[in-house]
Amino acid sequence: MSILFTPQVLIEQIINGLTIGAIYALIALGYTLVYGILLMINFAHGEIFMFGSFAGYVVLSWFFQSGFASHHPVLSIVMAFACGMLASSLLGILVERLAYRPLRKAPRLSPLICAIGVSIFLQNIMMLMVEAKILMYPDVFPEETVAVGPISISYFQILIIAGSILMMAGLYVFVKKSKTGKAMRAVSEDKDTAALMGVNVDRIIGTTFAAGSALAAVAGVMVGMYYGQISHMMGFVPGIKAFTAAVLGGIGNMPGAMLGGYILGIAEALGVLVLPAQYKDVIAFSFLVLILIFRPRGIMGEVVAERA
Amino acid sequence: MMEKNREEWLNRPWQAVLAIPRWLQLSLIIGFVAVLPPLIGNYWTHVLAYVGIYVMLGIGLNVVVGFAGLLDLGYVAFYAIGAYSYAFLASPKFGIHVPFWAMIPACAALAALGGALLGIPVLRMRGDYLAIVTLGFGEIIRILINNLDALTNGPKGLLRIDPPTIGSFQFTTPTHFYYLILAGCLFTVFVTSRLNDSRIGRAWIAMREDQDAAALMGIDILKYKLMAFAIGASFAGVGGIIFAAKMGSIFPDDFSVMVSVNVICLIIIGGLGSIPGVILGAVVLIGIPEVLRAVAMYRMLAFGLLLVLMMIFRPMGILPSARRKLELKKED
Repeated sequence: MSILFTPQVLIEQIINGLTIGAIYALIALGYTLVYGILLMINFAHGEIFMFGSFAGYVVLSWFFQSGFASHHPVLSIVMAFACGMLASSLLGILVERLAYRPLRKAPRLSPLICAIGVSIFLQNIMMLMVEAKILMYPDVFPEETVAVGPISISYFQILIIAGSILMMAGLYVFVKKSKTGKAMRAVSEDKDTAALMGVNVDRIIGTTFAAGSALAAVAGVMVGMYYGQISHMMGFVPGIKAFTAAVLGGIGNMPGAMLGGYILGIAEALGVLVLPAQYKDVIAFSFLVLILIFRPRGIMGEVVAERA
Repeated sequence: MMEKNREEWLNRPWQAVLAIPRWLQLSLIIGFVAVLPPLIGNYWTHVLAYVGIYVMLGIGLNVVVGFAGLLDLGYVAFYAIGAYSYAFLASPKFGIHVPFWAMIPACAALAALGGALLGIPVLRMRGDYLAIVTLGFGEIIRILINNLDALTNGPKGLLRIDPPTIGSFQFTTPTHFYYLILAGCLFTVFVTSRLNDSRIGRAWIAMREDQDAAALMGIDILKYKLMAFAIGASFAGVGGIIFAAKMGSIFPDDFSVMVSVNVICLIIIGGLGSIPGVILGAVVLIGIPEVLRAVAMYRMLAFGLLLVLMMIFRPMGILPSARRKLELKKED
């Protein structure tokens, strides 16, 4: 075991962790945004991530079959991301409109149970559509790596890490600077007062779902390209882990969700050096339990009063 | 007005049933269920026994979710603790053969201990956090079972688990287990309905409705939450041991997160906090898909849709508990 702890292995694992962490961070932002506004855990968020990944798959494999991808590889990748984001956003808006909006004033457990229902429903719709098969994502990225000294990083890892930072920075600026972003913050502060100030609360909540879902789709397409295969079950575990990341950072807090994602990704990647790989998920779940026991408001979260 | 008429129309059949004295209702139902096995044959007896295990689980979880209002998504963990404890101590795996009847209280106690150990750290959390943490706990237990090969044989499972015996009589056929499970169900129903009507039950409900007000009235919130958690877990432990004894072999896949979800679904669809609701929920959600194998593919799809529709249109479930019905009306 100890032979694995060379600096080189350590750094490579940290880079792997950053890659996975970037994906967790993208999904975690969706949880945090929705929680910030509606104080509900959108349990179906993992499934929205999964749908985004499948939408990207459909577009990419169509480009591959028609030969378009070999002439315009960059354009087809961009299109795959764009279509995935569009599909997930629409799904997010639809789910909010049909399932969550009627429950906005209901007791706290009702929306959560409803979200579990949505999650089961979406997962099984996809299972029926793909006949429970595991799909192979088209190979877009050559398996090339750059060497930085003795450490090698694949181009795709660089793309994931850089792309996710770019997306998250974009979202951050959008929420902090734009007019819609200001309205989002107002709604999360106090829905009724925001409505009195002329904010269309329903539309803003819809926008929030759309934004969170679009980021989840980016993560979904990245996971498809990175691991090369997708299935209808792929949303569950990353969904829970991204939730862990959001809680770790302080739920409702955007920079916290990003930080939480990276920390969780690195913790998992380093944990694999010490524990057998099957226990990777145990690391994340134990993390979640421990944070909630010792620092329930997360690293950057504000103090939220206990509400049953 | 429309709403009120619809309510009345939905409740009319039940009012007719409720007019019969309670003891007569109960003995009629129990009598009917008890004479079923010879009439319906082995296959149906097996299906009903399976439903019965879920009734036990549902009633146990109902204590946690319905009575105390704590959404526990890791209930399967306690079911697994019960099943594996029995399998360790009553199978050729370690060559130990503790009798079934001695293991029942032991498994109940072990599961309750597990519930308390999980409860102590997590019960201080808000309701929705609790749901996710318990979900994580359920997964941790499943992953451990799957990977601790030396103890659990991993995915190969534990085989040739001892059946229960009384003297020289051995429980082997589905009918034998049917009666065993029926007894288990009756016991669970008895205990939980007594609990619900007791001081503890009232404390749970007060706590569920308004934790701060309940604390002000002198209810020790943490103690009662812990109690609900441990009692609920102990029923799952008993359900687990009966399951292990009935199947004769257990595998990690029997304890997936879907078991927790199924149990949650059946108590919500049946009627949160209501014991007849749980029984109806188990028959509808577990029994019908078991029989209609052809539509088994669509089963989870329908569950998901049902959960959403129930939450929107009838959050109190098909057979709501009287108390909860009142509460939900007040909120309109």
